[in-house]
This record gives sequence, structure tokens and C-alpha cells, in this order.
Amino acid sequence: MPRALVTVLALCLSFAFAPVARAQQSDLQSVLQDNQDAVANPSRSTVNEVIDALVASGLPGVAEFLSRWQEREVVVREEDGLFFYVEDDQLIDIATGEAAGPVPDDGIDEVRPNGGVRRELAGALVQFQLSSPDIAERRAALDAISGDMSADQIEPLAASIEDEPSARIAARKQRLLAMLTARFGEDTEARVEAIRQITNGVSVELRGVLNQILTTSDEVSETVPEDVNVARTYVPGEDMSLDAAYSELVERDLAPPRVSDADIYAALTQNIADGAVGGVPVEELSDPARRIDAYEALAAEGTVPGFVGPDDMAAAVDAYSFYAIYDEPDPAVTDAARAALDGVETRVGLSEAADLSLDALSLASIYFLAAIGLAVTFGVMGVINMAHGEFIMMGAYTGYVVQSLVPNYTISIILALPLAFAVTFALGVAMERLVIRWLYHRPLETLLATFGISIALQQLAKNIFGTQARPFTAPDWLAGSMVVSDVISISFVRIAIFVLGLFFLGLLLFILKRTRLGLEVRAVTQNPRMAASMGINSERINMLTFGLGSGIAGIAGVAIGLYAQVTSEMGSNYIVQSFMTVVVGGVGNVWGTLAGATLIGFLQKGIEWFNPSNTLAAQTFMILFIILFIQFRPRGIVALKGRAAGD
Amino acid sequence: MRALPSSVPWFLGILGLVVLAVTVMSEAVGTGLISTSFLKVLGMTLCFCLAALAMDVVWGYCGILSLGHMAFFGLGGYAIGMWLMYARTEIIVAANLAGRAIPPTEAELRDAIGSQIFGVVGASDFPWVWGFAHSLPLQLAMVVVVPGLIALVFGWLAFRSRVTGVYLSILTQAMTLALSLWFFQNDSGLRGNNGLSGLQNIPGFLDAPQAAVALAFFLASALALALGYVFFAWVVSGKMGSVIRAIRDDEARVRFLGYPVEGFKLFVFTLTAIVAGIAGALYYPQAGIINPGEMAPIASIYLAVWVAIGGRGRLYGAVIGAAFVSLVSTWFTGGGAPDIDLGFYRVDWVDWWLVLLGVSFVLVTIFAPKGLGGLVDLWTERRGRDRHGADLGPDQGALREREAGE
Amino acid sequence: MKTTFQTAGAVAALSMGLALPAAAQDAECPIKVGVLHSLSGTMAISETTLKDTILMLVEQQNEAGGLLGCDLEAVVVDPASDWPRFAELARQLLTVDEVDVIFGNWTSVSRKSVLPVIEELNGLLFYPVQYEGEESSKNVFYTGAAPNQQAIPAVDYFLEELGVEKFALLGTDYVYPRTTNNILESYLKDNGIADEDIFVNYTPFGHSDWSTIVSDVIALGEDGSMVGVISTINGDANVGFYTELAAQGVSADDIPVVAFSVGEEELSGLDTSNLEGHLAAWNYFQSADTPENEEFISAWHEFIGDDSRVTNDPMEAHYIGFNMWVNAVEEAGTTDVDAVREAMWGQEFPNLTGGTAVMNPNHHLSKPVLIGEIRADGQFDIISETEEVPGDAWTDYLPESAVLKSDWQELDCGMYNTETETCVQQTSNY
Repeated sequence: MPRALVTVLALCLSFAFAPVARAQQSDLQSVLQDNQDAVANPSRSTVNEVIDALVASGLPGVAEFLSRWQEREVVVREEDGLFFYVEDDQLIDIATGEAAGPVPDDGIDEVRPNGGVRRELAGALVQFQLSSPDIAERRAALDAISGDMSADQIEPLAASIEDEPSARIAARKQRLLAMLTARFGEDTEARVEAIRQITNGVSVELRGVLNQILTTSDEVSETVPEDVNVARTYVPGEDMSLDAAYSELVERDLAPPRVSDADIYAALTQNIADGAVGGVPVEELSDPARRIDAYEALAAEGTVPGFVGPDDMAAAVDAYSFYAIYDEPDPAVTDAARAALDGVETRVGLSEAADLSLDALSLASIYFLAAIGLAVTFGVMGVINMAHGEFIMMGAYTGYVVQSLVPNYTISIILALPLAFAVTFALGVAMERLVIRWLYHRPLETLLATFGISIALQQLAKNIFGTQARPFTAPDWLAGSMVVSDVISISFVRIAIFVLGLFFLGLLLFILKRTRLGLEVRAVTQNPRMAASMGINSERINMLTFGLGSGIAGIAGVAIGLYAQVTSEMGSNYIVQSFMTVVVGGVGNVWGTLAGATLIGFLQKGIEWFNPSNTLAAQTFMILFIILFIQFRPRGIVALKGRAAGD
Repeated sequence: MRALPSSVPWFLGILGLVVLAVTVMSEAVGTGLISTSFLKVLGMTLCFCLAALAMDVVWGYCGILSLGHMAFFGLGGYAIGMWLMYARTEIIVAANLAGRAIPPTEAELRDAIGSQIFGVVGASDFPWVWGFAHSLPLQLAMVVVVPGLIALVFGWLAFRSRVTGVYLSILTQAMTLALSLWFFQNDSGLRGNNGLSGLQNIPGFLDAPQAAVALAFFLASALALALGYVFFAWVVSGKMGSVIRAIRDDEARVRFLGYPVEGFKLFVFTLTAIVAGIAGALYYPQAGIINPGEMAPIASIYLAVWVAIGGRGRLYGAVIGAAFVSLVSTWFTGGGAPDIDLGFYRVDWVDWWLVLLGVSFVLVTIFAPKGLGGLVDLWTERRGRDRHGADLGPDQGALREREAGE
Repeated sequence: MKTTFQTAGAVAALSMGLALPAAAQDAECPIKVGVLHSLSGTMAISETTLKDTILMLVEQQNEAGGLLGCDLEAVVVDPASDWPRFAELARQLLTVDEVDVIFGNWTSVSRKSVLPVIEELNGLLFYPVQYEGEESSKNVFYTGAAPNQQAIPAVDYFLEELGVEKFALLGTDYVYPRTTNNILESYLKDNGIADEDIFVNYTPFGHSDWSTIVSDVIALGEDGSMVGVISTINGDANVGFYTELAAQGVSADDIPVVAFSVGEEELSGLDTSNLEGHLAAWNYFQSADTPENEEFISAWHEFIGDDSRVTNDPMEAHYIGFNMWVNAVEEAGTTDVDAVREAMWGQEFPNLTGGTAVMNPNHHLSKPVLIGEIRADGQFDIISETEEVPGDAWTDYLPESAVLKSDWQELDCGMYNTETETCVQQTSNY
């Protein structure tokens, strides 16, 4: 009984409110319903019609709707195709902003505009957002203008500058206005002045504006017309090859096409008669010269078009001028823009060189960090440790394990660094005690035994952690990058690796040169027997040195895991490079490792710069270079002299 | 002719028996007790044995731990593979072009072959490295010339500047890495990561059943191994063998005695590289495919592992090591070994085989430097002389004494 | 080895592989299904899932009463990501185990390795992974996407929907990216994108130093054009790439990235915050909202005993391939390879994403192409879905291949030159 009553009441209510609801929807909702499909399944090609219809309606909720549509907060109800907002699991009526009942489990689809549509929406929102009280919205509007400039933005932007409360945003608006004026302004002088104003810095935005003003198109005609803004003229044979010039003419139907081998083949096959073409028997046509004979015979008969010889080509090309014209007709503007762009490009070139140097420095510090542990074990102790890469891997996995236990990224990284050191230190000591100790007199076998450990550790890591890459995420304060300009930037992780590398360089130098342990290490390295007679426990020293080298590899693993990926094979990616670094730099010397890492880092980036499309080739050439380098400086860059050189 | 070590007749006898048994059991002869796929595995193992022999000579006898001999093996494989691909494609293309109204020019034929071979990687021009691919004799010469020349140039540079010991090992590893990276690039014109495939189809014998082809290659590999064994036994015996071993044990002393150490090392390095190349040329037509992964540094390290486990410094040791480890490895990774249930954990050998290999390798290095070949000593009752604790010599791995008795 | 010896005797009668392994097996029970996926080595992570998929499908089929009155039996081998071993084991499956069909392979190089063996012994292989095309073998059915079923629609989406004007084609240096990028370059030029507006770069497997390359991509936008990245970057290297993009402050709105090798399996267990909003193109996403998909996912979870395991595109390819094979065998009334192959042409089976997949006479499927946006939870929001696109064995966008076509039904040729009207070769171009 009560339930029935409720139902009746609900019915009455819905009847009572229905006309009201419909009346309210007749504004925004009905405009949307007119374009139902284009709103529910938006596409870049259809969205502009909807936007125009909405803006034309002049309704108050349009800006909010566009913004929410862009943010993907609009849903559509399947049964009737009506649109709603969603807040706190409640459907919100688009027109009234009132709750329209809870979100049902089924029958509601999100409207998902794609990136292209969202950009169009951002463009449409500009006019609403330029003077919005929300600073984030004003920024979004400026970004939208910057991303897609058009002439009709000048007026609203200019109008919004005066009341802009934030000085920074006002300055940005001024600059954008100048850019818009430079591109779309009416008045030559104003445009030249605007170009002068904006020409500082190297931003992508600025280059975009200048390049857009300077777009050209290639033209060909018998004489260069007077009334066009010529960007440059081409002299065939110098600026462009004769072939290219002639093909240009052919494309514009100004000259007959050349006869290609395929044309000859086609012509010959079509004109076979009695086992011969043009008097040449078919079986002789496997000779290219005979094919030409046959074709010329056909040409003489007039059945096929004749050859275009070099002289014909030269004559045809001579008869025409080849030039490029600016799409912008005003030469004063293009001259100003050209001069501005030349200046910008010089600065960009310098910045690119600086950026590349930064990248090289960063790569060098990664190589250094990966190799410095090896510089201790191989360089100082003379032990070849092929499992060094696996220590790096273990360090990275330690970081991963710590992070999966401690959710706070900052704390986990602070914990991971000493822990990785401890784990790999212990492992290194164990390995020295169990294996390497027995093989000090057999260096080649040390190499093989440690390789055995390397494959065993690698497979163990695979068995424990799987073959897939594991995430090891940098905390937020390390996530971004330091941006000097649009060209020069470097990520904070790389800076951190650089700092870490410097730190370990200092630490190692300190330990080796300024502590008792370092003194003993150097003594044991140079002459173990003499050191032993002086009361140095060389076994203990070897153990500690090896542990130290391995521990540093573990920390390097944490750092490398942060910027790249943690996999069981990450160690083997670094092992050969690390040995190269140590050998190139000069064995037995930490400075040598630094020099080696710097050389390899800069060399690799340099080679990449020559051939940016093929990173693999850069690596190949780098290794070849190193092999050659070692032939001529077998002791590396920083070679030890005198007794320290030992052997 | 000087006397060869006593192991030669034994080795040839055992190899002959194995070959005879396998041939009788093969499908081509009719009994079919050994399937064609397993026959191919056996043939390939013999090629590994030949490469291990070469490795043993350069490492076990001359003391150069080369981590690049599998790269030479791969180079030999690529050399023969290029001809196999070219010739097979030529037959197909020529038959197709012959159907056209006008006979093809040589350039057309070449272009068509090119687009067949490189169409997969979106190119059709022949890179310069394929310059000799059309000719079997030239390409067979490449099997020898390319590894030989690379070894000669590399060795000359390295030995000339007196790079020795672990430095040399690392340098050879760098060379291997550079080579495999170069082969990996599609721009190098060797089909990049896909490598050369379909090598088991031998032009001229396209209709021959694979069972027969496999047996032919098995016999050829066995013959090559036998010849290689005799040849290397000859090289390492006699006076030259003494000099080579002397270089291993104390290079400086040999140099002071007036021997051209660099010349000897270069000779051994180049010779073994060539033999490795020949082994590769026999291996890849049986494997059917070669790609740059086969030349990665790790492959060369495995070669050293085989020799070490087999027992270096004795030729049969290398053969035993290569045959044993590669066959056992196939057995384990192929899921042939039964899993061990520990109750709380199930040891699946597919996952744990490499751990076992790594650990046993460490153990062999420390505790049994003579390797599996040392077992033969138990039988022949040859042991090192008791030196009452005195040093064996400058290199504790030196095996001079026992070798002097061979 | 041991098994080889034991069973080798049985093969004796079948000497030299001349007799077709499947020829005399019409009623021989059980029907054997070979599974040739790497269970160890570098490819194990991807391929083990596919092995499990086939085992699940076999189990389901047996529960449903088997096939031709026989039980199905899966024969699983492990080629250990070792390419020559694929050929070896394919030979073993066909001659020693005498399987009736093989489901297997992931990488192109492994497929090229088994092709000669499958063709020599007249076997039947179902290959479930998106690949570079330019191939059509008589004995292989390609249930993954050809470039025109993944790459071309994705580029269309970039051109039409996102208004991208400059393209960076970044890939790992191996055959799939090389061929796909060649096709795309030529397609983009046909669509009026200038040569200098296309930036191509190849990096090694597992590459981690992305800083310079990302800078180069950003620099493409210096003339004010919209830049988009088409990524054929493989595996682990993706982590470093997306991290570097995020570090340099590039969001999916600034420079969208569409990837062809990043799916649910690759994303599972990764920190996806840097990837959110970027795109991927596949023929299947786990998030597809259909009853068939729901059923498939729950069956998968039940079979594997882990509700967190994802499903992905190659799994759907095996699902379609396996069911089509079952139907074809029933239609043919035999497992004989030639009969089954003929019955396969024109087979229809419902996709998990809706619509119907059709096996074309060129041995490629007609499937819809989906574009998804990566969500924070490692799943995809499907934002675009096309009609069924027939897979193209030979691309129309490279001059050498444009003249080629594959039609096993009418022409009995996988490489037919339409210009000269001759069959270039019956075997495939391995």
C-alpha cells in the first residue's frame, strides 16, 4: 500500500514538473539535441558546427558546457540521448545545474572528445576565458591562442589586457598580441614594429610565428613577374640539379616527360611483331643497348614519343625561371621577419649545441657512475668482474623492492640508496671470499668465473622478478626537468645522476688518497707481498676494496633504474661500455675513468648529431673508435707511469 | 711428417663410430631411428665442436682469451647464407621473368632479386656487401677471407701495440659487440634483425628431401671436424707448438729468445678465426636461419665456457666440452629434464638451467681447471708430477708439464 | 632428446617427410594441436600468455565435446626465444609428434625461421601477432594485424582527428618498425606531408637515453605545426621514452604518441602516470564492452586463476584463429591440411569487440581497428573504432608491393604480380 502511494505521488510529481523541465531544456539541452550525434560522438570535422551553434545561441551556460565537455565531464543517457554533467555520483541537469537523480549503473555513456576536438574546444573557449577570474583558465586560453593563432583573436585579446590583474599574464598577453599582430596585422609598420618587439629568445612559439610569416611556394614561369614578393631564385645546375628542374617542368606540363626504362619496356612489349621489335629480334632485348636501338627505331616510325636528350632538357630549363615566392605579399614584413629569424636561428644553433653538450655531459655521468665501481675492482685491484653489470641490476631491483614496500617515493629513494649499497657490498664481499680469492693469479679465469656468476644472477633475477621491466619511479621533485629555454632543458634525474657521480668521484678520491684504508689499498695494489710484510692484512683489504666497488655499482643501479627501466638484462647493457670507459680512461686511476666517461659520452652524442636517425650506428662507430683508440694509447688517456704502472 | 699426439687415432676412431651409427640410424638411410630434426642438432653440434677446437688452440695453447670467435663463426655463416639466399631467389625470379614477352636485362634480374630479398625491409637496391653473392666460388672464398681479414687486421693492431691478457679479451669483446651491432642495423644491408633465412634449402637440390640434406651436412661437418682435429693436432705439436705454448706461459721470455711473438700470435689468431668461419658456414645451412643475435658477445663467451668445461689445453677436451654442454643445454631448455618438486618449490629446469650452468661453471673454474677432459687422465693414469708444493710457473693455469708428456 | 628417440621409431614409416603428416589422419584420435611459443628467454613474458590461451581454448573445446568425435591434445614445446630452434621444433612437431595444426610464434624472425619447414612439410600455422605484412604463405593463417589494419588507420586518425601536420616515426631497429615506417612514409607523402616534415629515428632494443631524441621531436614543432609521434618502439624501451616525454613537459595534448606495440600486457605492472592520454592502435582492447568479451575475460581469469591478469590483442587473434580452425575442421570433416585450408577461406567468427571477423583468401583476417587512450589503470579507453578492414598481405603504398596480391582461392598464389599476371612464387619469401 505505501509503495503504491509513493508511485502515484511520483507520477503526479513528474507530470507536474515535466512541462517545466522541458521549458528549461529548450535552451541549452535543445541546442545540444539538435546536434545530438555530433556532441555524443564528437569529431574534429563536425565539432565546429556545434560550437558555432552553441555560441550563436548566446545562452548563459555555453562556456561552462564547453569547458566541461572539454574536461570529459559530460555524459549521455542512452535511452533518450539527453546530456548531463556528473558530480558526486549525481546526474546534474545541464541547463539548471540541479541534481537529476543518482547515476544509474547502466545506460550512461561518457562523452569522450579526442585530443583534436579538445583543441577546437579550447580555441572556442578563449573568448570566455580571457577575462575569467580563474587564473588557470586565463592561462589555458593563452595556451590555446599560442597553439592555434588566428586573426579574429586580436580583438578579444587586446580588449582583455587592460583589466588583467596579474603582471606576468599581462606581459604574456602583450607578447601574444604582438605575435598576432605580426602575423595578421593590417598595417605594415605596426607589423614590422611587432616583429621587432617579439624578437628575443628562442621559443618554439616565436619561431612558429616567424616561420608562418615566411612560408614560401616554388614557382616556375618564363619570366619572374613584377608584382610578387620573391623569396629567392634558383639557378638550375647550381641551386637545383638539372634533373630536378626538368622534372618540375614536366610536372607543370611545360615539357614532355623523359622516357624511363619502364616506358621503354612497356613500349617494346606493345610493339612486338613477328618476334622482333623495331627490327631487333626479341631474344636480343636482354641487352639494354639493343633495347634502346629498338626503341629509337619505334620512335623514328613515330609510334612512340622520342627520347628527351640532355640538350633538349637544358634548352627547356633555360627557357624558364625557377623561384620561390613568399605567401605574404608585403616585402617589408618578410624582410623584417627574415632578419629576425636569422638572428633567432643563430641563437637556436648555439642553444642546440649547449643542449647537446648537456646531454653528452649527462650521458658521460651515467657511464661514469656505471663504471666507477669497476674502476675500483678492475682499475685498482686488477680483477675482471663480469658480474659488475649484475650488481648494477641488483641495486636497481633493491630500489624496486624498497619502493613496493614503502609507498612514499622520496623516503623510498632515501632508503634505497644505502640499502642497495649494503646488498651489493655484501654480495661483493661474499663473491670475493668464495670465488675471486682463489683466482688472483689467474686473471683470465676470473673473467670466466665471474661471467658464470653473471649468468646465474641474471637468471635468478628473471626467476624472481620476471622478464618484464619493473617500475622504479622518481619522486615528484625529480620528475620534471630544468628548462633554461625551449631548446635547452635537462631532466632533474639526470642532474641528480650527475651530482651523484661527482659525489662518488670525490668520495673515492678521498678514500684512496686521504684515509688509512686508501693507503693500504694502494700499497696492496702495487706490491702485495711488500704490503704484507709491512703488516697490512692484504686479504682484508682486497675484500673491502671489492665490496666498495660492488657497493658503488649498487648505488649506480638505483640511479640508472630511476632514469631508465629495471630489467634483468640492464646490467649487460652497461658492462661492455663500462669496461671500455675504464680501459679508455686508463686503468688504475679514478681520474682516468672520468676522462674515459667524458670522452665516450661526448663522442657518442657527437656521432648521433651527425646521423640523428640511427642511434645504433652511433654506438657501432663509437666502439670502433674506442678499439682504434686503444691501439694507439694502450694504457688509456691517463696512463700511470713508473712503478705504479706495475704489470 | 712429425708424429701426431696419441689422441688423434683415438679421436678419429670414436668420431668415425659415432658418424657410422648416426648414419645408419638416420631417416635418409631408411631406419629412421633418429629424426631429421635431431640429426640436424647433431650436425650443428659437430660444427660447434670445430669452433671449440679453434677456440682451444687460440686460448688453451696460445693463451689469447678471444671473446670474438663466435663472431667469426657468424661471419662464415653470413658469407655462405648470402649466396644461398641469392641463388635460391635467382631461380625463382628467373623463372618468373622468363614468362614475360621480352627477356630481362641483367639489371632487371638483379633488381627483381633485390626486391625479393629486401622487400621485407622495404628496400630493393643491393648493398655493396652483396657484391659477390651471385657467385658460389667467390662467396665460398668470402667464408675464409672475411673472418681471416678481420682477424688479421684486428690482431695486427692489437698485438702490435702489445695489448695482452684481460685487456685483449675486452678488446675482442668490443670488436664482437661492434660487429653484431653493425649486423643489427638494417642500413648495413644484411636484413637486420631478421637476418638470412631459408638457408636449409640448397639451390640445385631444392627438390632433395631434408632428411638427405641433413645427412649430407652431418657428414660434411664430421669430415670438417676430423680434418680440423688432425690439422690443429699438427699445428700444436712439434716445434711450433712448443713456441705457441711458450708464448702462453711467458711471452716476454719467448720474445727475448728471439722469436717473433707477434707473428706467431697473429698466425694462430687468424688461422683459428678462419676455421671458426668454416664451422659457421657448415652450421647455418643446418640451422636454416642466421641473425645478428648469433654474433652477440655472449655467444663467444659461451664458446670459452665450453672449452673451459671440456678442459682447455687439450684438443679432445674442447670437443667434449662443446658437445656435452650444448647437448645438455638443449636437453634442459627443451624441457627434457624432469622437474624437481621440492615440496615448497618446484624447480623448473627451463628457468633454472642457466643458474645451474653458471654455478657449475664457477665450480669447474675453481676446483677442476682441467675440466671434463681431466677425466681422461684418470683412465690413462697421467697426473701432474708431485712438485712438493713448488710453484708451477708464472701462470698457475699453465699445463706445460702434462702437455710435454703428450 | 629422450622423447625424440622414443618416438622416432614411429616416424620411420613416414620417411623423409615426403608423406604429408596430416594426410592419413582423418579419424586418428586424439587430434593434436602444436603450441610453438617461447616459454623461456626474452620473449617468454609475451608468449607464455599465448600458450596458456591455446591451452584454455583446447580445454574449452574438449569440454564442448571435442572435435570430429576426438579429444584435442595440446603438444607444447619451448623454443626458448632461439630462432633456429623454432625451425628445429617445428620440424619435430610435424614429423615426430605429427600435430595437425600449430599455433605459435611472436617475432617476425621466428616466423621466417619456421616458414620453410612448415611449407616443406605442408603444415598449418596460425600466427597471432601484428606484423609488417609483405608475406603470404600457403600454410600460414595470419590472425594478427597487417599494417593496413593498425598503422594506416592510426595515421588517418592523426591526420583527420588530431590535425597532425608533422610526423616523428620512432622505432626500434628491426624489421617490423622498418617496414611499417617505410609504408607510413610513403602513405604520408601520398597525403601531402612533405619529406622534411617526417622525422624517422631508429634505436636499439632496450634503449634508455631518450633525451636528445625527444628534444628533436619537440624541435619539429618550431614552425608552429602540430607534431605527432608514431611509435613502433618495442618493449622496455617504451618506459624510458614516455618518462623522458613527461620529464620534458610534453603531454599527450601537445604531442600525441600512438604506439603499435604497447598493449595491456606491456602496461600491466608499470607506472602508467606518464603514459596517460597517449594512444595505441590495436584490433582488440580488454575494455571492449561486449558480452563475448566479458565471457572470454572471465573464462581466462578462471583458467589462469588470477583475476588481475589482462587480456590483449594477440590473445583475441588466437581465439579467433582457433575457433575458425575448429569450424573449418568440422566443415571439412577431416584435419587434412589441404582440406582444412580450403575450408578456412571465408570462415566467419564473431570478434570479441563486436562485428564479425572473416578469413580472406589471402590468409589474412578482416577485423575492425580500434584506437584507445591509455588510462591510469593500464587499460584503454576506446575512442575510435572502424568498420572491418580486410588485411592486406602486400601493401598498396610501396611501389614494389602495390602490384602484388595474394589469393590462394582463385589464383593459388601468395605473390601474384597483377601487372605481368604471373605468380612470382608459390612458396613464401622467407
